[in-house]
Amino acid sequence: MKGAWWKITAVILLFYTLVGGLLLSVPRLDILNETIRNLYYHVPMWFGMMLVLLGSMIYSIKYLRSNNLHDDLWASELTNTGILFGILGIVTGMIWATFTWGEPWSNDPKQNAAAVGLLFYFAYLILRGSFKDDDQKAKISAIYNIFAFAVFIPLIFVLPRLTSSLHPGNGGNPGFDQYKSDSNLRLVFYPAIIGWTLLGVWFTQLRVRMKKAEDKILDID
Amino acid sequence: MNSIFSEIGILLKKDSTLEWREKTNLNGLLLFTVSTVFVCYLSFNQKSVQLSPITWNTLFWIIQLFAALNGASNSFTKEAKGRHFYYYQMLSPQAIIISKIIYNAILMMSISFIGLGVYSVVLGNPIQDMPLFCFVVALGGFGFSSSLTMVAGISSKAQGNSTLMAVLGLPAILPMILMLIKLSKNAIDGIARSQSMDEILVIFAIDIIIVTVSFLLFPYLWRS
Repeated sequence: MKGAWWKITAVILLFYTLVGGLLLSVPRLDILNETIRNLYYHVPMWFGMMLVLLGSMIYSIKYLRSNNLHDDLWASELTNTGILFGILGIVTGMIWATFTWGEPWSNDPKQNAAAVGLLFYFAYLILRGSFKDDDQKAKISAIYNIFAFAVFIPLIFVLPRLTSSLHPGNGGNPGFDQYKSDSNLRLVFYPAIIGWTLLGVWFTQLRVRMKKAEDKILDID
Repeated sequence: MNSIFSEIGILLKKDSTLEWREKTNLNGLLLFTVSTVFVCYLSFNQKSVQLSPITWNTLFWIIQLFAALNGASNSFTKEAKGRHFYYYQMLSPQAIIISKIIYNAILMMSISFIGLGVYSVVLGNPIQDMPLFCFVVALGGFGFSSSLTMVAGISSKAQGNSTLMAVLGLPAILPMILMLIKLSKNAIDGIARSQSMDEILVIFAIDIIIVTVSFLLFPYLWRS
């Protein structure tokens, strides 16, 4: 049970997010209405994705310094989790957009940037698939991972702020801060971010262990 | 530091001599651009339809994008395999990546300007602020080359798979091309130049980020 504290934290926080997210009162706003509760699912997906991908990049840097395949495994599995979070973020966003903006895909710069970001990381998977040699694969994909992150950050943080966007806090839209003045939202929102991110790390850890076990079995054969 | 600059100079000279001696690559790239422009012209059936400036602009940059992808993809595979070991012993990797970026930038700028010439002859020329548009094209050449050179290096390690080059390169180049299209639209409409400063700054910022990252990462790529 040692080292399980953060998994327990994740479960408690997510349980709290589910219950509190549905039961606690939220501000009554035009258009948004009750869909504002999606704030606890959609936005933490993006936070989780960014944090997980940041972690993946850090592991890639670690790999380049250490040449230890364990670091590369973590980097690649964190990327997988990041992709999962990205897809869930896009899907939850599309559902939310259907009810608030009127259509699932409204050519919003942040939506587009998110889709391009996913293309980056799908390309990463393709790149990994095209090598036979493990060390070569690890090295080149670590380089691409760092490169992709460096290009991805301005894409998703700078470009949408320059153009008009439907998202809050972009292109002259008011940020979410004004809604958050209602402290009930914050009460669930911050725990949700921590909970989802921890869950992502948990996923990753399980997959890393699975891969290692598979490798061991292959070695025995 | 001084030696890096002289190495860059030597490499640039080597690359351009090599290109000039074996003209197939250069000519192929030129022919690719010209024939793509011509295919677009015929497909749009220009006699009966006048392209709107937005379509004209987007089509121009898409053509440039694919020309650049083609041009960059063989920037690391041109030379005989063994020669890389020779460079590896003689030169610093930083000099190699910087010289490749500069060389590709010059190559792409010249291809872009020739492409622009052919394009405006066959498909008309709605540009109102020509100097700004030319500046954007030059900026685009440099931007394409900085984004694609590193990607070409990465994909050349995977046995120069050309699908891989497109898959890795397209997302890398997307922020750049969106900014370029916006900027060149301003040039076409002849909007006051002060309005375009934001985009120019963003393009420079993206360039600086990408060149810095390439500068830092290329030594690792080179050693593998």
